Amino acid sequence: MQPKLELLSKELTDRILDEAFQLMMNPGIKVQSAAARKLLAGAGAQADETTEVVKIPEKVVREAVRTVPKTFYLFDRQGNCKVTYGGNNVHFDPGSSGVHVLDPETLEHKTAHTPDLIRLVKVAEMIPQYDAQSTAVVCDEVPKSIGDLYRLYIVLMHSVKPIVTGAFGIKTLEAMIDMVALFAGSRAALAEKPQAVFDICPSPPLIWSKFGAENLIALARSGVPAEIVSMPLAGAAAPVTLVGSVTQHAAECLSGITIHQLAKPGSPIVWGGAPAIFDMRKGTTPMGAVETAMIDASYAQVGKSLELPTHCYLGGSDSKIVDAQAGLESGVGAIIGALAGVNMISGAGMLDFLACQSAEKLVVDAEAVAMAKRLLAGLEVRTETLATAFFEGINFKGDFLKQKVTRELFQTEQHLPSTIIDRDSIRGWQQSGSLDTFERAKIRTAQLLKEYQRPQIALDKEKELTSIVQHLAREAGLEKLPNLD
Amino acid sequence: MSEQLFQKMAQSIIDGDSDAAVALARESIATGIHPLDAITKGFVMGVNTVGDAFGRGEAFLPELVMAGEAMKAAVATLDPELKRRGSERKILGKVVIATVEGDIHEIGKSLVATMFGASGFDVYDLGVDVAPDKIIGKAIEVNADIIAMSALLTTTMVKQKEVIEELEKEGLRGKFKVMVGGAPVTRDWVKAIGADGYSEDAIGAVTAAKQLVGVA
Repeated sequence: MQPKLELLSKELTDRILDEAFQLMMNPGIKVQSAAARKLLAGAGAQADETTEVVKIPEKVVREAVRTVPKTFYLFDRQGNCKVTYGGNNVHFDPGSSGVHVLDPETLEHKTAHTPDLIRLVKVAEMIPQYDAQSTAVVCDEVPKSIGDLYRLYIVLMHSVKPIVTGAFGIKTLEAMIDMVALFAGSRAALAEKPQAVFDICPSPPLIWSKFGAENLIALARSGVPAEIVSMPLAGAAAPVTLVGSVTQHAAECLSGITIHQLAKPGSPIVWGGAPAIFDMRKGTTPMGAVETAMIDASYAQVGKSLELPTHCYLGGSDSKIVDAQAGLESGVGAIIGALAGVNMISGAGMLDFLACQSAEKLVVDAEAVAMAKRLLAGLEVRTETLATAFFEGINFKGDFLKQKVTRELFQTEQHLPSTIIDRDSIRGWQQSGSLDTFERAKIRTAQLLKEYQRPQIALDKEKELTSIVQHLAREAGLEKLPNLD
Repeated sequence: MSEQLFQKMAQSIIDGDSDAAVALARESIATGIHPLDAITKGFVMGVNTVGDAFGRGEAFLPELVMAGEAMKAAVATLDPELKRRGSERKILGKVVIATVEGDIHEIGKSLVATMFGASGFDVYDLGVDVAPDKIIGKAIEVNADIIAMSALLTTTMVKQKEVIEELEKEGLRGKFKVMVGGAPVTRDWVKAIGADGYSEDAIGAVTAAKQLVGVA
């Protein structure tokens, strides 16, 4: 039995959806794309071309939700199914779009560059707890206009795992789809066996920007999975109540799904988000707050009531270094997300409100992910009798270590943590240098980087990929791509 | 031919398969292989492999204990043949081992006892909650080389000291090497009570014991 966390009663879930439908009629949704407004109006919504506000009736939304695939899969480059979006399947990937990386030696938050992203991708590639890669940081040395596709290029060159990514513009979105399609064989083959999912963000409260809406349409038509990342900010860009923010989230996602499905019914899309509460002392957006996790778990429950695939942003921390706060916020977040049965939980490695990525933290967070996954596996009955047969010949002695069944089952019953988790005796720990978690993480990160091998990529594909990126880089004013070695 | 059998013997220990170890021991007797060869060229190799893997963190306590048990079973099967041939297994030394009086913690002590046995020591395991005079009496009776005492509690570890004091009082201290172990035991404690050896874990205990009897 997979353990479960549910914060909403059935009645409250229905009420949230009911009010979300009300919000879509009054005040309606601001849709800043004429193409999207046209799609909505064609389906029976009432669009005001001056105010850009569209009132979308429940019936139109319900029909759109009906055509969304309940389940879809992400594949690695060899075509193996690695991620199941749908049901209560739970996966983790590193947080994305950071602008800084934590320098493990100086503890500075450095502006991220190509070698930093490569380092993060390599470490995430080596850790089995991460079922997918993310385009973890934006590289500062390339022009902003190609920042999105450039980070995808770096990931494609160093990883075979499925990728959670996203575009910053329509033109680059098309290029990014082509880049991933290169490895699938064609765009049609990519839609058949997706290797990436693309994040799209509405703008709170209740706004679909021109880019966001057109991104939805383009992705729907390509058949490549889209992931809505709705970001209500409770108390600032959303109602202060958690349940009010969950309701706004539902309205933003439902309206997005409607645009998406009207563009092409049956295209895969995810009910996702990156909400936060608003810190009333500092004016910041704590991703490690328990209330943030509560909004995530609740909206996931709403999405599940509609049988939609889900995503959330948990497992990150607001701490600036890999310390106790980072550990507890990331661990608590990972556990809550896992218990909520969220299909893809993004955020591992992140510090400082998702601004800063850390390879060392990815290594630490993998242990929290492993614990969350072990918890989800639950208690299983693996023997004919629960205990009685174990006591044959025991005669009140602690001799269970000598039983064959102990040897057979201990590794299924117990997750064996990496060197990040210290379970040594005090003397053993002292003899190993009295290292704290971060110091152990530095050693393990170095070890993983040493063991990493770049995947084999067919030379013609690598050339073609590089030439797409080179071409767009030139257009953006970058004559030569940064050296990847 | 026998090379293959030796390899299978080692493997039966690595697998912690007592039944297979006993069957292979019998097979070696039937084919006329000297039991000492079966032990040193076959079974012991398996114990060493598992011990080394444990030291590297690649094998775990259940593997270690089951290897020890399989070793014990193999040696028990070979013993009558050894006696029949009038030869003896080279014993590294005799160890009297116990958890001290007032302390009922068994697992660590038994683990060390198992590994001592598997490594070629003759082990007299007196169990848990054993009074000092009983430990000393047994050591005298079997002419032990080593007295090994376990204590898991800070309140019972003083008994380790008592045993050493008792040995001194009776003029027996020079006759036995004393090893102590258990969670609260530190290097400082070992020094303070004048013990001869200690270790953090069962594999280390074997190394320490070998040093004490001069075979390491």
